[in-house]
Amino acid sequence: MILVWLIVIPLVAGILAWLTARWSTQFPRWISLAAMALDLIISLAVWIRSGTTVGAGATTVWLAEVDSSWVPRFGIHFHLAIDGLSLLMLVLTFFLGIMSVLCSWTEIGEKIGFFHFNLMWMLAGIAGVFLALDLFLFYFAWELMLIPMYFLIAIWGHERRIYAAIKFLLFTQLSGLLMLIAILALFFMHHQATGVFTFQYGDLLGTPLSSRAEFWIMLGFIIAFAVKLPVVPLHSWLPDAHSQASTAGSVILAGLLLKTGAYGLLRFVVPLFPNGAHEFTPVALVLGVIGIIYGAVMAFAQTDLKRLVAYTSVSHMGFVLLGIFSWNAFGLQGAVMSMICHGLSTGSLFILVGALQERIHTRDMDRMGGLWTTVPRFSGAALFFALASLGLPGLGDFVGEFLVLLGSYQLSVGITVVAAFGILASTFYALRMVQRVFHGENTQHWQLPDLSPREAFIVAPMIIALLWLGLYPQPVFNTFAPAMQNLERLANLPAVALQKR
Amino acid sequence: MAYADCFTLLPLILIAGTSIVVMLAIAFKRNHALAAGLTVAGLVVAFISVLAVTPYAPRHVTALLIIDRYALFFMGVTIASAVAIAMLAYPYFDKHAGHREELYVLLLIATLGCTVLVASSHLASFFLGLETLSVSLYAMIGYLKDRKSLEAGIKYLVLAAASSAFLLFGMALIYADLGTMELARMVDLSIMTSTPALLISGIVLIITGIGFKLGVVPFHLWTPDVYEGAPAPVTAFIATVSKVAIFALLLRFVYQPGLHQYRAVFLVWVIIAVASMIAGNVLALLQTNVKRILAYSSIAHFGYMLVAFLARGSMAVEAVTFYLVAYTVTTLGAFGVVTLLSTSGRDADTLDEYRGLFWRRPLVAGIFTLMLLSLAGIPATMGFLGKFYVLAAGASAAQWSLVIILGMTSTIGLFYYLRILVVLYSEAPERETPTQPVVPASGLVLAVLSALLVWFGLYPAPLQDMIQRNGVLAVAGSPAPELDKLSQHIDSGAAAARNTRLPTMHSSK
Repeated sequence: MILVWLIVIPLVAGILAWLTARWSTQFPRWISLAAMALDLIISLAVWIRSGTTVGAGATTVWLAEVDSSWVPRFGIHFHLAIDGLSLLMLVLTFFLGIMSVLCSWTEIGEKIGFFHFNLMWMLAGIAGVFLALDLFLFYFAWELMLIPMYFLIAIWGHERRIYAAIKFLLFTQLSGLLMLIAILALFFMHHQATGVFTFQYGDLLGTPLSSRAEFWIMLGFIIAFAVKLPVVPLHSWLPDAHSQASTAGSVILAGLLLKTGAYGLLRFVVPLFPNGAHEFTPVALVLGVIGIIYGAVMAFAQTDLKRLVAYTSVSHMGFVLLGIFSWNAFGLQGAVMSMICHGLSTGSLFILVGALQERIHTRDMDRMGGLWTTVPRFSGAALFFALASLGLPGLGDFVGEFLVLLGSYQLSVGITVVAAFGILASTFYALRMVQRVFHGENTQHWQLPDLSPREAFIVAPMIIALLWLGLYPQPVFNTFAPAMQNLERLANLPAVALQKR
Repeated sequence: MAYADCFTLLPLILIAGTSIVVMLAIAFKRNHALAAGLTVAGLVVAFISVLAVTPYAPRHVTALLIIDRYALFFMGVTIASAVAIAMLAYPYFDKHAGHREELYVLLLIATLGCTVLVASSHLASFFLGLETLSVSLYAMIGYLKDRKSLEAGIKYLVLAAASSAFLLFGMALIYADLGTMELARMVDLSIMTSTPALLISGIVLIITGIGFKLGVVPFHLWTPDVYEGAPAPVTAFIATVSKVAIFALLLRFVYQPGLHQYRAVFLVWVIIAVASMIAGNVLALLQTNVKRILAYSSIAHFGYMLVAFLARGSMAVEAVTFYLVAYTVTTLGAFGVVTLLSTSGRDADTLDEYRGLFWRRPLVAGIFTLMLLSLAGIPATMGFLGKFYVLAAGASAAQWSLVIILGMTSTIGLFYYLRILVVLYSEAPERETPTQPVVPASGLVLAVLSALLVWFGLYPAPLQDMIQRNGVLAVAGSPAPELDKLSQHIDSGAAAARNTRLPTMHSSK
């Protein structure tokens, strides 16, 4: 039941926030904050408890599970379950959820109730994506998180918000529909093979498929996840959506929405279609490397601060793709680590950029410069996250990217060498950003307030978390190791079954 | 005619009786509220009688009508929708200067036509029902007697008359070939016919007539103009009740005699489906009038339904039935909002009138948002499950190209629903527009529709059970064609030379 609460709490909070907004503008904020805090506490409690259960040779990887029939006609279940991987993603979700409520505290001044309604419902949808073990339910949650995001961009965004919002929704909807068709194809092929109608993840694993069918069905899934991740030819919605969304929208887009794509690849694509995924690996690796380099080069060329950070996401997600399709212990650990750390470091960068925009009303780097003298604490924090983003050893991102490179090295030296250049390139864009914004001459004579206590309260936990992940990541590895081993085991199952036949 | 026959015809008799009662009431005392009240009461009683008759189904009443569970299910849907439309029409026409009461008589007669359609088992009753419906619709469309309304009425009259001619000619050809107009007997005879060309020509001409009423491409040209010109509640009627009844008839007409197994018929429907999906969605992009957008969107939606229809088999009937119900609820809701914001003097149909509606009337705009999301097929609405059903039906018959076209075009469709949404949520205009208060009747209708939309969107099991119990139609031929045979059939052009019929035809015998 605890898993249902994780989803229900934000849903209820969203409605409450909307309804109470008419009495006070503060109610929605506090309600949302309380809901996210509650969810974070619940998920942390599950995490702490997991340390005792999983370590002792547990029989199942699922730490908690809910399963009840939903639409019996199609064998659809309301099936939620949590393993180490989902758990980490959920903790990240609710942590960033708190941050996104806090960072909109002063930024959002209009239509506050409806804003928090959308924010909460989107977070509930994201939590649903990370928890769903029924493919129909997964698609349901996958689509449900898009509409609130659309509103967040379209109503509270910046100057070209409508364009960005529609582009975002069309990209994700079309790819989502392709995934739905793929899910249905899998559903009927499973029925043909076994005579059972089911959307259950556990049942669909190991469905015997002809290699041609497997490839096409997998492609439907991959396109949906690749649009979210994003993988380079399908990324063009991202810079627009990120730069036009309000701060909370950008934080959630970069921190969580992109992770749902990676999560989908990990949870569904490789275990469900191991042979197809194996065939697809060379393509995925090349696309990953192209993403790394392309994202870095594009980031270097931007003058819009938010767009710059957005392109760094493309680059970082290239590493995640590389790690996932390496499909060995190092690569997977690195991919998950990168997902978490990218959520924190890029999320923080978006928060800082948003805070800066709130102060000077522009994102144009040409109009900045020399801000260090007027906002030293702010600039220090920005430098920290820029360093994290460029992969400075001792901070979380370094651990993730290093492990990814270790993993991909086992598959292809050439790919790894090119990807390593991506880290080099990230140094250029990160330092150029810091230099242009905070150093040099303060040409516009900005006199700005430094970090407020609220902003400091946002930034401090992020810094601590990144340092912790960089210096002592072992607890995180321990948490998702059983889940990862399980995924690897699942991915190997059908191959064995096929050999027997 | 035996007593039992009369009893099973009770819904039809009650509706017809109500129309006479309303007509007489008008003759004695002209009162808008009375006419509307009698209409709603009569329809509600008819609805209850549908439930009462259900245990006695199926029963043939003469050769013309068959009252089976399928017919009763769709009678329920059409009568319930007619109730909703009558309740929406009351506040709309209340301010109308001319005679208001006759509209309800027309509404009742049109509903009667629809109930005859869904129960017809004979080409003659098919035609009678259709004409009863159409003739009332001419008057309803032109009811406001202003230029736009009359133009739409005339346009519909001319085109509908032409399509009826096609329909009759088609029926004549079928009769000439088979010597019967009973759907049930056509099954056996169509196998023995020595001149399938005559039969197929007849079927294709009938398809023309049905296609016109459904407003599918290429017979769609009247749709946007009539939708725009007709008074908003009448548009709601055309979009839901009349089209649902005709689609229900189409399923019976094609499936029961096994006509879907003719390759030519199948291909004609494939072309119509693809053209409707593409043209409906693309042309909607160019519109700035809400009623016209909804018109093109309905063209596209019938294209989607045809995809499920083409999947054949029991899954197809179930999917189409679910989609029809979802479409009815959603479209009624959408036109309900349009009606609510309109007066008989002027319909709220330009996009500008919806600008910032959410910040002025959050509840109305919220309901409109729900309806649009459902039309776009976003989860947690019936529209999503409907789309899921249709895709599932298409996938179960392995019609991947149709399914993928559906996916692509419905993404285009999303674009224009979003355009309306963007307007709803944009900044409100400076000038204060007068807002009339929501009348309880329309408020109730919209509330019920929204509740249904979300309830069945989240928990469809009760509705699915009902459809499975009632909506199942005896389908001639095998339930779902074998996948490999079907793909052969679709893929290879050689199949055309082999036989005019699908191989499954023989397996059914």
